[in-house]
Amino acid sequence: MTGTAEPVAGTQQAPTWTADEMMSIAAARALRDGQVCFVGIGLPSTAANLARRLHAPRLVLVYESGTLDTKPAELPLSIGDGILADSALAVVGVPEIFNYWLQPGRIDVGFLSGAQVDRLGNINTTVIGEYDEPSVRLPGSGGAPEIAASCREVIVVMRHRMRAFVEQVDFVTSVGHGSGRGDRELLGLRGAGPVRVITDLGVLEPDPDTAELVLTALHQGVTVERVRAETGWPLQVAADLVFTAPPSTTELETLRGMRTVGEKETS
Amino acid sequence: MAKIVPLPQAVSELVHDGDTVALEGFTHLIPFAAGHEIIRQHRRDLTLVRMTPDLVYDQMIGAGCASKLVFSWGGNPGVGSLHRMRDALANAWPVPLEIEEHSHAGMANRYVAGASGVPFAVLRGYSGTDLPNHTDTISTVQCPFTGERLAAVAALNPDVAIVHAQRADRDGNVQLWGITGVQKEAVLASRRSLATVEEIVDELTPVPGAVVLPGWVLDAVATAPGGAAPSYAHGYYERDNAAYRAWDAISRDREAFLRWRRTIEEEAA
Repeated sequence: MTGTAEPVAGTQQAPTWTADEMMSIAAARALRDGQVCFVGIGLPSTAANLARRLHAPRLVLVYESGTLDTKPAELPLSIGDGILADSALAVVGVPEIFNYWLQPGRIDVGFLSGAQVDRLGNINTTVIGEYDEPSVRLPGSGGAPEIAASCREVIVVMRHRMRAFVEQVDFVTSVGHGSGRGDRELLGLRGAGPVRVITDLGVLEPDPDTAELVLTALHQGVTVERVRAETGWPLQVAADLVFTAPPSTTELETLRGMRTVGEKETS
Repeated sequence: MAKIVPLPQAVSELVHDGDTVALEGFTHLIPFAAGHEIIRQHRRDLTLVRMTPDLVYDQMIGAGCASKLVFSWGGNPGVGSLHRMRDALANAWPVPLEIEEHSHAGMANRYVAGASGVPFAVLRGYSGTDLPNHTDTISTVQCPFTGERLAAVAALNPDVAIVHAQRADRDGNVQLWGITGVQKEAVLASRRSLATVEEIVDELTPVPGAVVLPGWVLDAVATAPGGAAPSYAHGYYERDNAAYRAWDAISRDREAFLRWRRTIEEEAA
């Protein structure tokens, strides 16, 4: 997780970065300026705030606490930190954020994470194992099921590990592509679902025909074998597999300069 | 009309063993002082309702106040898991805990239905997820106009709602602003309600966007300065993020939790 990637040829002093930093930067790059983004806490929040500081200054961040178009100077520890309310264009109640803003499809991108994702992009944040006798009890759904259902598209960002990238999730908390291409339409879900899964190793995208997640990009220094070793299904690799551009100095410095609210108190 | 009473009296009169109780506050204005008073008064067999059972419910569950939890996201926000909740679910410590699980949108709409005086709410939700297989209060309904199938969730009408707010006047009108969560809906959905406040003032100065809960929808108002800490009260004090991180270690260990609980028992409200 903290292993540094290969040095980049052609730079005077090769910068190094962690796999997590590469993931956050790759996820930030996936967001376009002017988009409206519904952000979950953790990795998605880090990436969305990074994008706003880099190439997407007009990225509109919406959090489920009811903060619309918030511009926090530091990263929130929680989705309801005061810094999100203080820097928001408006603050609305929780029923309103879900019913008026998310449900009708006013949000471009839902940015989610999870404990498990499967080959069809379904996400589990509820339990590992059986629901009634789980081996791990996770926090539950929060806003994720409706974010996954109603945003125009969904980007998933999570660390690429064997236990997390499974053939089939133990519990469908949030629907990705259901049981395959066309299933979302049958279920009445209006958004396109996950268009990209960005990890600390590379990027997966759904196959246009089957919706199965396929490896489309590798981060610097990562091999296809390593990604396959961390994936719980026979992972297909796109014919036009690309390498992710390494982090620029600006990207790395901006990411490292971001502080979480209250961080100073404990460190 | 709300009575202005001390917090121990309010909890004693309004919260009974076996009640369904909602302490709401979406990260902001979480009624910790009231939760700790419920622990001190040894309430048992409560059905605890809350969208985000975070630290305050982890504490109440660990203290054995709850037999059931109705929720949509149970974690220590930005930190990790709720270990007292996990211990109760996995090991029935200190007592068994039943759960009823929803999504945020489902819970918010259940409160809206409860506050609106209708038996259920309709939303685009849950379709394709495994949640309806485990939760009886999720169903589907056919639109009488278009024939479309939509999710239906049962109204939530708790016995008691407890919220924390910035201030009240001497008639018990309560004013609350910042991230307003589902507090208004929870109060209006419940049979009885208590608001703890940072301060009681002679006159409420208007605040743009503030939620006002008139004294006539509340049963009691109690002053509890700092009563939302370690969450925060917008305009009064900030969130104590270090306390959220520190809870992780306390809650992981039963002995450490019991030591924490003794400090709460010894504290007067």
